[in-house]
Amino acid sequence: MNISRRQMLVLLPAAAVAWKFVLAETPEQSPNYKMSDHWWGMLIDIPKCIGCGNCVRACRTENDVPEGFYRTWVERYHVSDEDMTNPEVISPEGGENGFPVAVEDSKKYFFVPKMCNHCADSPCTQVCPVGATFISPDGVVLVDPKYCLGCAYCVQACPYGCRYIHPKKEVADKCTLCYHRITQGLTTACCEVCPTGARQLVDLKDPKDPIHEFLKTHAVQVLKPQMATGAKAFYNGLDGSVR
Amino acid sequence: MSGLKDAGHLFRFAGLFVLAFLIFLVVRHYIVPKSFGQYGHYRGAAMGEIAAHPAKFAGHDACETCHSDIADKKKTGKHAHVNCEACHGALYQHVAGPEQPKPGLYQRFLVLAGKAIPPDPAVLRHADDPSTVVPVKPDTAVLCARCHTASAAKPKGFPQVVPADHSNGMPCETCHQPHNPAIDAGGAK
Repeated sequence: MNISRRQMLVLLPAAAVAWKFVLAETPEQSPNYKMSDHWWGMLIDIPKCIGCGNCVRACRTENDVPEGFYRTWVERYHVSDEDMTNPEVISPEGGENGFPVAVEDSKKYFFVPKMCNHCADSPCTQVCPVGATFISPDGVVLVDPKYCLGCAYCVQACPYGCRYIHPKKEVADKCTLCYHRITQGLTTACCEVCPTGARQLVDLKDPKDPIHEFLKTHAVQVLKPQMATGAKAFYNGLDGSVR
Repeated sequence: MSGLKDAGHLFRFAGLFVLAFLIFLVVRHYIVPKSFGQYGHYRGAAMGEIAAHPAKFAGHDACETCHSDIADKKKTGKHAHVNCEACHGALYQHVAGPEQPKPGLYQRFLVLAGKAIPPDPAVLRHADDPSTVVPVKPDTAVLCARCHTASAAKPKGFPQVVPADHSNGMPCETCHQPHNPAIDAGGAK
């Protein structure tokens, strides 16, 4: 390779700056992305969910989720109006291949998609003994696979059952809210493929996000509010029987 | 001073402590990653590593850049809000080429120095030959049924049928064009 003096003059400072960049371990995020401008969450609109399982399949594809484990799944509730405390809940293979046909009866049916709630006061990050799991400055609960010991304390601490130990990597694994996508301006894989718009990625720091109007005008709840987790998966039309 | 006359062993001991502390500081400097504590009690660089995971779904904006005819057809129908990859599957590689090259140090420098425009994800780099990775034509008997098979668990307003009674075994696209499924919009072309 022949390099002229002119090329050398460009390359040398380039190499110097690039080397500094590498040493500083600067995150490889999109240069247009500013963490302080976002506070991510998810809107789940239960009356729109048809239980097709597209989200579960897309999540597995997008994030290489191992067979038998789920970062998101769909549950089907079957509730009697007289006994709300004992719902029949099924989630065959996490709803990945759909659900058996339900026959109309006296009880009500509905689907509930579940996933990491990306809590603002997450119990899972508080218990990590090594600082391997954390809430990012843009409000996403993440796991650093290089730091995680696989002690599974966080798996026990999550009140929503959203974490598992990855069978090959032997570290805690969970929904990243498709961090690699949202930092590029794309939506999450589950939202991208949801045919009815039952899932929507929301940015609570974006004043133009329709979530603000939605939260103002709808009866929206979070799961297990009594645990004060600051959950940011907002459920519209959530039935009282959902656990 | 007479009190310190016999205290030499204490000073030696304190010296050992200081030395051990200095060694601890040096070792700590080398084993704790530089970005630990940058944002909190975790490794800041982890976020960049998580964000470097390759995407599999390109997003409908990327599809519509080229397939604007389909996008126009879809816009007027009931499937307007069903994104392309909901039926056609993950197609990032169709858009960006079979292997998404990672930006090299030089490219990253150029972006940093303002000499190059950062890659805009909304306009993904198109594969030189998109035909290297092509979508498989979905089987409508499976695909349509996944959403439209009648079930008491589905929202009441959602269009649903009992496939066996509805079409008598005929493929859905005989009557419904999936991009705009109303019957008067025409069957498969």
